[in-house]
Amino acid sequence: MTQAALARPGPAAALTVIAAGRRRYAMLVILGLIALCLALIFLGVGVGAVSIPPGRVAGILLARLTGGDAALDGREALVVLNIRLPRVLLGLLVGAGLAVSGALMQGLFRNPLADPGLVGVSAGAGLAAAATIVLGDRLLGGAAARLPFAVLPFGAFCGGLISTLLLYLIATRRGRTSVATMLLAGVALGALAGALTGLLAFISDDRQLRDLTFWSLGSLGGASWTKLAAVAPIILPLLFALPLLARGLNGLMLGEAEAFHLGVPVQRIKALAIVLVALAVGASVAAAGVIGFVGIVVPHLIRLALGPDHRLLLPLSALGGATLLVAADIVARLVVSPAELPLGIVTAAMGAPFFLWLLLRRAHVVEI
Amino acid sequence: MPDRPELPFRKTARPDRREILAAVGLTLAAAAGFAGPGAIVGPVVAQKSDRIVALGGVVTEVLYALGLEDRIVGVDTTSQFPPEALRDKPGVGYVRALSVEGILSLRPSLVIAIEGAGPPDAIALLKEAGVRLVTIPEDLSEQGVAVRIAAIGAAAGASEPARRLAETVQAGFEELAALRARVVGKRRVLFALSLQNGRTMVGGANSTADAMIRLAGGVNAAAGVEGYKPMTDEAVIAAAPEVVLMMRNSSGHDATPEELFAMPAFSATPAAGARALVRMDGLYLLGFGPRAPLAARDLMAAFYPDAAIPALKTAAAP
Repeated sequence: MTQAALARPGPAAALTVIAAGRRRYAMLVILGLIALCLALIFLGVGVGAVSIPPGRVAGILLARLTGGDAALDGREALVVLNIRLPRVLLGLLVGAGLAVSGALMQGLFRNPLADPGLVGVSAGAGLAAAATIVLGDRLLGGAAARLPFAVLPFGAFCGGLISTLLLYLIATRRGRTSVATMLLAGVALGALAGALTGLLAFISDDRQLRDLTFWSLGSLGGASWTKLAAVAPIILPLLFALPLLARGLNGLMLGEAEAFHLGVPVQRIKALAIVLVALAVGASVAAAGVIGFVGIVVPHLIRLALGPDHRLLLPLSALGGATLLVAADIVARLVVSPAELPLGIVTAAMGAPFFLWLLLRRAHVVEI
Repeated sequence: MPDRPELPFRKTARPDRREILAAVGLTLAAAAGFAGPGAIVGPVVAQKSDRIVALGGVVTEVLYALGLEDRIVGVDTTSQFPPEALRDKPGVGYVRALSVEGILSLRPSLVIAIEGAGPPDAIALLKEAGVRLVTIPEDLSEQGVAVRIAAIGAAAGASEPARRLAETVQAGFEELAALRARVVGKRRVLFALSLQNGRTMVGGANSTADAMIRLAGGVNAAAGVEGYKPMTDEAVIAAAPEVVLMMRNSSGHDATPEELFAMPAFSATPAAGARALVRMDGLYLLGFGPRAPLAARDLMAAFYPDAAIPALKTAAAP
């Protein structure tokens, strides 16, 4: 009987076939995403309000790589090298950071609605940015006017970190962090920060109110090499740490106690993920304002396509987030050229209907 | 800065491969909905001298008043007067959220911006791109208008006409001051920016509305609050305005005096008895450009209908 069962191509063999099929499918998705991302990078550097022929763009890039060329037209080279290139790179970095942060938070909190904002970063950063915009002139006097470039991002970054630290302290007892407490405290802290931000909006004048609104809609418009150099060392550690976190998060999906008994260093994973996410999101918010949607939808898209294994989910979320943000930024730059749309509008307007369509198309409800 | 020779003059006459690639790329981009026809525009017909991008409503208004509109190649979204500015010229977005590449695509040789135009990175990049950038100081006073007109004129190389315009405006303000001195029994005026959902948004101290009310010889009934703020019904009653000032057609429909004074807040004010509602075009009222003395005079005539306020002898700007 058992021999007969083994002789026949049983369920195990079928599973292997399915697994092989899935792997091929996964490879296809990965390669497709890489190709799309590369294409969008080239498009992002190649198109814009100033029309420069692709050959000229390539020439400028080559000349830069091979060490300067006096024949380069100043303005075109400036547009390609100092406006578009840092902008595309910042988009890649911020997009990857936000999407990975979303995937990590959803895994850590075992909650499909979790997003990077959950660790309090967005609320704190938002409050600090509002305070900088509204009170900056009064508190810092002339200094704010001379250094507004540095004050706002720095304020937002610090605000994000402080609120995360606060949440982490509230939720940690005897060396154990309760994600449930953190979730609830995060909601409370978010409400408090929202109230204070509202108060600041109330005392602000018209111009400050508009600044506030634009900031909360996000933009890659301020990208520069300086900003990139400031942000990259803060976001990249998160991306490099993904292999360290993936296996632990897979274990956590079973539950915290189960993961602990499987030998997953639960507390260390939690602390590492929260700190890296707070840093990355704080830096993203500081560099590009609030860009919603990427952190919540990109990981779900990847899950819908490839399943919940974090070893695939995390790196592909990074790739997907980078691709989405660069694409959205190209649209933001071109639709109302020579003006530009706030990026947050584009990410949500492009992503939300697509995501809804994907959800509707599925026969079953989604499990995270 | 001399214009760069146009690109198409190359060694060969046949279509360049790069151009074909570009065309294919653009077609794809357009098909994907990325690029409207406005995205990649051909070069605008070159003017004989400066190509100016005007950032800030007052800059555009003054340039038009100086007859320099042909040199403007782009304006920001606050350039609401004259109305043809935003209709005829490419818009480069809100003055504090500018796109550098968008502005550079208009190939400007001069950017005239109000103080506070930004973001600061964008301004820095514009300078780096070799565009001459002139910043106009922020100043909501009578002298400020003249100073700003002079600065804009000097930047655009039209100092003489600007000086004449500034003098006219100055003279207008002086005449206005003389008229104002004759006004007896200054009236309390409340500027209602909007009446959304029965909530009254008023113009308090340090708002443009406040400045205009005082120029027109009125007393701002909402001077107790700062800037544009919502005011409770009771506070409106306590402010006891004798005249209510509103913008014409601010939210798509005008409230009639009957509707306004039927509202609980306004029915109990002194203004209700006399049905004293004054309406003025928002840009005329709050623009604070060359037309400010005229607007203030019109306002004064509306506040004091019995005083027979004569017209200004000097008519500032069109």
